[in-house]
Amino acid sequence: MDITLIIAIATMGGLGFIFAGALAIADKKLRVEENPKIAEVNDILPNANCGACGNAGCYDFAVKVVDGEAKINGCPVGGQDVVDEIARILGMESSASVKLLARVLCNGGNIESTRKANAEYNGPMSCSVQTIVAGGDKMCLYGCLGGGECVDACQFGAIFMNENGLPTIVEELCTGCGQCVEACPRGIIEIHPEDRELFVFCKNHDDPKRSKEVCKVACIGCGICARKSDGSIVMKEFLPEIDYSKLDLSKIPLDKCSTNAIRFVHPEKAAELLKEENIEVKVN
Amino acid sequence: MELLIIFISAALVNNFVLSYFLGICPFIGVSNKTSSAISMGMATTFVLVLTAIVSWLLYNLILVPYHLDFLQIPSFILVIAALVQFVEMVIKKVSQPLYRALGIFLPLITTNCAILGLALLAAMREYDFLESVIFGVGAGAGFTLALVIMAGIREELDLADVPKPFQGAPITLIVAGILALAFMGFAGMI
Repeated sequence: MDITLIIAIATMGGLGFIFAGALAIADKKLRVEENPKIAEVNDILPNANCGACGNAGCYDFAVKVVDGEAKINGCPVGGQDVVDEIARILGMESSASVKLLARVLCNGGNIESTRKANAEYNGPMSCSVQTIVAGGDKMCLYGCLGGGECVDACQFGAIFMNENGLPTIVEELCTGCGQCVEACPRGIIEIHPEDRELFVFCKNHDDPKRSKEVCKVACIGCGICARKSDGSIVMKEFLPEIDYSKLDLSKIPLDKCSTNAIRFVHPEKAAELLKEENIEVKVN
Repeated sequence: MELLIIFISAALVNNFVLSYFLGICPFIGVSNKTSSAISMGMATTFVLVLTAIVSWLLYNLILVPYHLDFLQIPSFILVIAALVQFVEMVIKKVSQPLYRALGIFLPLITTNCAILGLALLAAMREYDFLESVIFGVGAGAGFTLALVIMAGIREELDLADVPKPFQGAPITLIVAGILALAFMGFAGMI
């Protein structure tokens, strides 16, 4: 064998050993004692470093939880299991963590939305590019662009584009971390507690005439849902806003919504639940 | 005299950041506050000087005698990685707040091309030991200087009425460009 080769290998190997040894000694001498609970908490966190808790990564959150600066249910990704575990490690009582889910609040897929006349978009399909280039080829300036940037943003594979060109959330996989919310330039994705069922599936602020033109399922801003809601639904710029703390489902005439823009996420599940509680709701 | 010229050259005329465009990442990343810019400059200078020493020893005592010049880059990277680990341990021990302020940019000194650039340039120019060390000190001083100037400007910039499209990163890059232009004024000095 070539002697240079052997020397080269020996040199690099030797260097590696020397540095490794030096670092090992330095580690012993310079080790900073930190609370062992931090490492324990860090181990049970999802370690996706998504930042949904508002800290710079899971380790930072672990430090803050142990220091008592952050709440033990601060991690929306981990869910109840993680809260229980953290509570056990810190010897605290577990508090309920409500699972959060992302909701896509737009019904205007490829079928429902109207395309711009005399315009053809041939650029990159990503949402942020479309936003810059005159807002894509759909007429609605508020709805989903169909570029799927939220799909790319999701670390948990919980979003896919359905055949109608709308993002769909897989609820079992969604952790409510909010990455998709940030990715969407139109802001049509929102994070809500799991038990909320009623949403306005439209973000269009256009007047009634234009709303009808741009999309078949847009909220036209008629305000019929708000009229008898006792203030739980307020119209703001041709769009209803739901105040979930006051919401009384029996008062809202959901069947009167001509475009079905305000509806339950899971019509069947919601109907069953309401039947159990003996609340009569008109749904079309 | 020779040493002074090497120092001035590394610090001002051929400033690593503003003239060689090495180490732009921390230059943009850690120049929000003057205090953390100074600490980052210090940490990088420390690593630069240590690298200059160790890489000179390595190069002239092992690589050259055994005709292993081709191992320059991997062995220097090894040296830098080990040194940065060491510096990280020291800072974590000495000052927790500083450790948190530098954050990810501290381990990223490993991949800071200013440091590999220094080791390679010193080897290429065949500096002797003292010259290498002075070169490292000069490069560190220049790096710190660029970072502190930038941080000072950015602190003022926070109060300025920057047009919306230029806010944040764009105006920072523009300022960096103007600063680099200003440093070209040192070109005739040596």
